[in-house]
Amino acid sequence: MTSYCRIDHVDKIFIRGSTETCVLKEITLDIEKGEYVSIIGHSGCGKSTLLNIVAGLTEATTGGVILEGKHVNEPGPDRAVVFQNHSLLPWLTVYDNVRLAVDKVFGGKKSRAERDEWTMHNLNLVQMTHAKDKRPSEISGGMKQRVGLARALAMEPKILLLDEPFGALDALTRAHLQDTVMGLHQKLGNTVMMITHDVDEAVLLSDRIIMMTNGPAAQIGEILTVPIARPRKRLELVTDPAFLKCRQRVLEFLYERHRFVEAA
Amino acid sequence: MNMTVAKSDISASIPSAPTPPAAAKIVPLPLKQTTMNTRIRAGLVRAASAVIPPLVMIVLLLTAWQLLCMRPGATLPPPNKIWTEAYDLIVDPFFVAGPQDIGLGWRVLISLQRVAIGYGLAALFGIALGTLVGQSVWAMRGLDPIFQVLRTISPLAWLPISLAAFRDSQPSAIFVIFITSVWPIIINTAVGIRNIPQDYRNVAAVLQLNHFEFFWKIMVPSAAPYIFTGLRIGIGLSWLAIVAAEMLTGGVGIGFFIWDAWNSSRLPDIFIALAYIGIVGFLLDRIVAGIASIVTRGTSAN
Repeated sequence: MTSYCRIDHVDKIFIRGSTETCVLKEITLDIEKGEYVSIIGHSGCGKSTLLNIVAGLTEATTGGVILEGKHVNEPGPDRAVVFQNHSLLPWLTVYDNVRLAVDKVFGGKKSRAERDEWTMHNLNLVQMTHAKDKRPSEISGGMKQRVGLARALAMEPKILLLDEPFGALDALTRAHLQDTVMGLHQKLGNTVMMITHDVDEAVLLSDRIIMMTNGPAAQIGEILTVPIARPRKRLELVTDPAFLKCRQRVLEFLYERHRFVEAA
Repeated sequence: MNMTVAKSDISASIPSAPTPPAAAKIVPLPLKQTTMNTRIRAGLVRAASAVIPPLVMIVLLLTAWQLLCMRPGATLPPPNKIWTEAYDLIVDPFFVAGPQDIGLGWRVLISLQRVAIGYGLAALFGIALGTLVGQSVWAMRGLDPIFQVLRTISPLAWLPISLAAFRDSQPSAIFVIFITSVWPIIINTAVGIRNIPQDYRNVAAVLQLNHFEFFWKIMVPSAAPYIFTGLRIGIGLSWLAIVAAEMLTGGVGIGFFIWDAWNSSRLPDIFIALAYIGIVGFLLDRIVAGIASIVTRGTSAN
């Protein structure tokens, strides 16, 4: 029995000139349908490289990714990415940014009116319909990330890849957007793989937390299942023993057993 | 002074106009009028501060010129002499008195037509070649050194070769315009294409845009600011080159007019022609810049 999404014995070696750097070593991970998986680790441990391999933007040196029984060898809308820096096209309005994805993915399947409706539906999911005619430069960082999320959701991906989606946001906006993502995951049941370096965020949002060892040749150090029932409430969790215990486990992993040497 | 009087007139007359019951609704009106008035005033002040300093400078320069060239034995004509001797050229740019005796407006238009053809071709080829060089590493390695050498060649150095190749002055002049303005367009387009952020390429990859869609939806808008920089440099260079080319090839353009005036010792006419060339060049630059700011609206902002 194969899983929904399988990252199978992935190694990644970057070759620059005569030096070879092994970034990822023997990464094997199964993700179930509807699961929310976070990958956490210190910077430079190859988290983003792993996400790019799943996205198909980077090729694995050995091993590969199998999604719904099919080998992933190029990027595609079934693995939509929300990029850390939003990556909206600045010359298109908010609506057109999402519409570009909708037209590309559903061009042959839906009529014009349906595509318009689907675009608006996804903007509505992230509460961005009010700014649909604005350009990315006219909206805040949090709003841009919402639009990026709407664009990814509009592709109806099999797996949603979030590359530090809240990294560039202030704490309040980040909390707000985390709640949005949590709500959408609850409502739509997407399979999500998220890269993060925020322990609280990982525990709050994830079903499982994948902790990576430090590079070079980073591996999966430990996998923690978060035994907290959904829907989760941010305020209640602060005092929840299960939450605190998970948080402590991740912190111990990151700061005791795998301290980031270069940061010292 | 007049302005302030008008303003107080309006604000004074309007509150008195409404009938008592409607007064509550109409009270904001005088306020609105004042803001309108102040806005017009601010606009006038801004326009005046943009127009008056250059006007003052022009008057000063003309005066200095007049004083310097009024002396007997001066080699160049003073402005008042230019005005009287080239009067017909100044007042009527579009007269036609014979096949070789036409107004400067017509001559400029003929030159502009040559520029339009040469520059239009340069824009097409330049953007196409620039895209190729920007996209393909091998095209860049092969072509970029050649472009870097060719672009330093003076436009006029091409003229004998193009005359030999085309055996006619009209296509030769157009070729010189083309070869002058094509380099900055190629080089800037290539830089623009090479500088497309990896983020946009990633987005295109995830969406599986095909080459055609990538070109129109990502590449062109993303590189547009660079392309327009090249186009703007190109239009300036081609306007510089047309005058020199026409001086040598003859015909009825503005460049040949200067050469003709020099040969028949009509110095005042040359000054008028220079003013035309300067103003038209300025307008061409403004037009391309204007199109650029419309097309690239929002492109550079991130």
